[in-house]
Amino acid sequence: MVETLPSLVSLPPGSCAVVAEIQLPPAEARRLMELGLVPGTPVEVVRYALLQDPVEIRVRGSCLSLPRQEAEAIRVRLSDGT
Amino acid sequence: MTSEGRTTLASAPAVPSAQAVRYVFITGNPNCGKTTVFNALTGLRAKVGNYAGVTVERKEGPLLGVPKGRPVRVLDLPGTYSLTPHSLDEQIARDVLLGRLPELPPPSLIVVVVDASNLQRNLYYATQVIELGHPTVVALNMMDVAASLGLKVDAEKLAEQLGVPVIPVVASTGEGIPQLRVRILALLEKPEPPARRRFPVLPEALVQEAQKLAALLTWTFQERRVQAEAEALLLLSNEQALASGQTHYTPGVQQAVAAARKRLEEAGVDWRSVVIEARYRAVARIEAAAVARLWAPRETWSDRVDRIVTHRVWGTLIFLALMALMFQCIFVFARIPMEALQGAVDALGAWVGRTLPPGDLTSLLTDGVIAGVGAVVVFLPQILLLFLFLGFLEDTGYMARAAFLMDRLMSKVGLHGKSFIPLLSSFACAIPGIMATRTIENHRDRLVTILIAPLMSCSARLPVYTVLIAACIPRQKVFGVFELQGLTLMGLYLLGIVVALAVAWLFKKTLLKGEPPLLILELPPYRRPVLKVVLHHMWERSKVFLQRAGTVILAINILLWFLATYPRGSEAVAVIEKERGRLEQLLTAVEAGRAVTIPDLPSAPEAAAEYLRGRLAELENQEAAERLRYSFAGRLGHLIEPIIAPLGFDWKIGIGIITSFAAREVFVSTMSVVYNVGGQAGEEDEVGNLAQVMQAQRRPDGTALYTPRLGLSLMVFYVFALQCASTVAIVRRETNSWRWAVFQWCYLAVLAWTGSFLVWQVGGLLGWR
Repeated sequence: MVETLPSLVSLPPGSCAVVAEIQLPPAEARRLMELGLVPGTPVEVVRYALLQDPVEIRVRGSCLSLPRQEAEAIRVRLSDGT
Repeated sequence: MTSEGRTTLASAPAVPSAQAVRYVFITGNPNCGKTTVFNALTGLRAKVGNYAGVTVERKEGPLLGVPKGRPVRVLDLPGTYSLTPHSLDEQIARDVLLGRLPELPPPSLIVVVVDASNLQRNLYYATQVIELGHPTVVALNMMDVAASLGLKVDAEKLAEQLGVPVIPVVASTGEGIPQLRVRILALLEKPEPPARRRFPVLPEALVQEAQKLAALLTWTFQERRVQAEAEALLLLSNEQALASGQTHYTPGVQQAVAAARKRLEEAGVDWRSVVIEARYRAVARIEAAAVARLWAPRETWSDRVDRIVTHRVWGTLIFLALMALMFQCIFVFARIPMEALQGAVDALGAWVGRTLPPGDLTSLLTDGVIAGVGAVVVFLPQILLLFLFLGFLEDTGYMARAAFLMDRLMSKVGLHGKSFIPLLSSFACAIPGIMATRTIENHRDRLVTILIAPLMSCSARLPVYTVLIAACIPRQKVFGVFELQGLTLMGLYLLGIVVALAVAWLFKKTLLKGEPPLLILELPPYRRPVLKVVLHHMWERSKVFLQRAGTVILAINILLWFLATYPRGSEAVAVIEKERGRLEQLLTAVEAGRAVTIPDLPSAPEAAAEYLRGRLAELENQEAAERLRYSFAGRLGHLIEPIIAPLGFDWKIGIGIITSFAAREVFVSTMSVVYNVGGQAGEEDEVGNLAQVMQAQRRPDGTALYTPRLGLSLMVFYVFALQCASTVAIVRRETNSWRWAVFQWCYLAVLAWTGSFLVWQVGGLLGWR
């Protein structure tokens, strides 16, 4: 089931989704969660930088820049229910 | 409650002066306007220092409007997202709040700055701090920004939810600051710790484990139970909490934590994430109770600007243009005041030299003290300009965008996006570059950037490169278009950059290895910078440079003056002095119209006087050269000759290398003295003259000394070697230890020697001249 969830970076800029799971080692996952990316949180991909890295996202009203590797590990559920 | 707070504060260990000076700690998320609140409370009278033994900046100042005799210090803690530290800065902030830092008393009052326009994430941290149970005030900042987003934040309802006073402020305009100050003073006089509360709703198993651990903590540290409970929760829910405080927590506590986690896992509680999720749920409830959304979020002005400024193409172009402008200012425009300053200092030195009787004291004053002061103040225009720029970039929020754009490029070698600007500034001068690394939060990234900054060829190397290229590299075209001399210069700059990136990569893999820092960067909304703050910041930084680095630079200059001046009076100098005396007598005789007969002297009186004056000037140069050779510096040149001979250098070049430890450009003036090049140092054609004289130098076997091979070897040496006392002084100051300054000097010395060795030896094998 887990593998079927799309990654955050599969979304085009400007699209929204809901955080489902963070597939990272505990310490790194913890930081992302503390920044508000707990499962169930709406998240928007704002834009990708040059060479698609890093990725700018908007979560709980603030804009964050994440390295692509971390953003890839964020698995999301699309808002329309897929 | 009040008395309980007091007695336990007094019984806390190792804080005898807790009663004398009261501390207010300001804390909050990065970019929440914490520093603006701090500035407003202290009236820009902050003192910037370091926490003991680390590179983290410690900023404190007196609270304004306090009755005399009961001073209150305000401390601006590093910005942090949670009480679970992920960087050294956050660890310091947590340790201060937990009362774990020996140099500071436990908090008597905490001001949590909360960004009203970004409430959830800010409240996540604020609720953690409130749970510690110290008297706390929430400064609800950026009320104006929140209003512009259509958010109506009700401070009273928020205070009700949080159980602590909430004061709405707009720190950038000073609105609400008087009320905040009144509340701070009232709470200091009559401390009211908040009622004990825990915001997240947690599984019963976790609550019980936390209570058990809290009892152990209370017993171990003899402190208040409120803080112990909050701390127990932090310890249980996060493996790093123990790791980063291992020296602090006794084995008993560590074992208890491990056992409790095991029991929790058996009970099916995910101790890693359950508290975070529960806290965000609690925060969402608080927000819902205190905030009304007047209209739906729409694209803000900041978002529209960002669409261009962080655009892949336009953003990159804007960034490059801004950097070019900044570089131009530091590199070119700063030269005008720099040259004026240098001219003024030189003129002062010359005036003192003329006015005072000649002697050692005058020499010390002119060549040691005045030249040393000159070496310090000459950097000032660059430093002022750079920090003016950086202040604007930082305060508008552009710096984060620049880091966003550069991140990928820099992270290839393990550097942070924010390393880019300090490294670029280092092309003008490593000193402002190194001071600019303060914008890098992660201390490992900052240290690596400091360590490689001197590899960027700074403007002081330019005179050295220029004279050596003129002397050693033939004027010829490559492929019919490029000048070989110009290509050489470009090659030297590129060499520095490539090696810097390689070294950075190596250090990140070895020396500064550690948990890979998560390069998460917040892109705060754009803000209008406050000119007063930017100017103040610029002046603060420059003052630090003048005071701390200036003294070391001055001392080293005086030391080098001593080395180049003493001991005096060799036999050769005595012979020259005698000859000078004789010629001076002859000159007076000729000028008086008396007949003089010595060989070679023209018969016409004017021509004779001219000839004698020429001979005297020549002798003066010879004498200066002789003195330098006889001095400690000259002897050191001889002493290090065996070490530098494999690089192709002779002992005269050795003198240049030693004296240019003060600053690289000193090489040019030293070599002028060594080779008896006439004319005042600093004259326009000094470089040209010196290059000609260098070309005429011969090795003992009669071959030319300054060949392309030697030139390259020597220039490579100057690319790498840390020949700059000021840089060493500022690195010592910025890293807060001699250890890193010495390490940097040594690794660059090894690099310089190896690089030159390779050029000289491989060049020899290839049959270069």
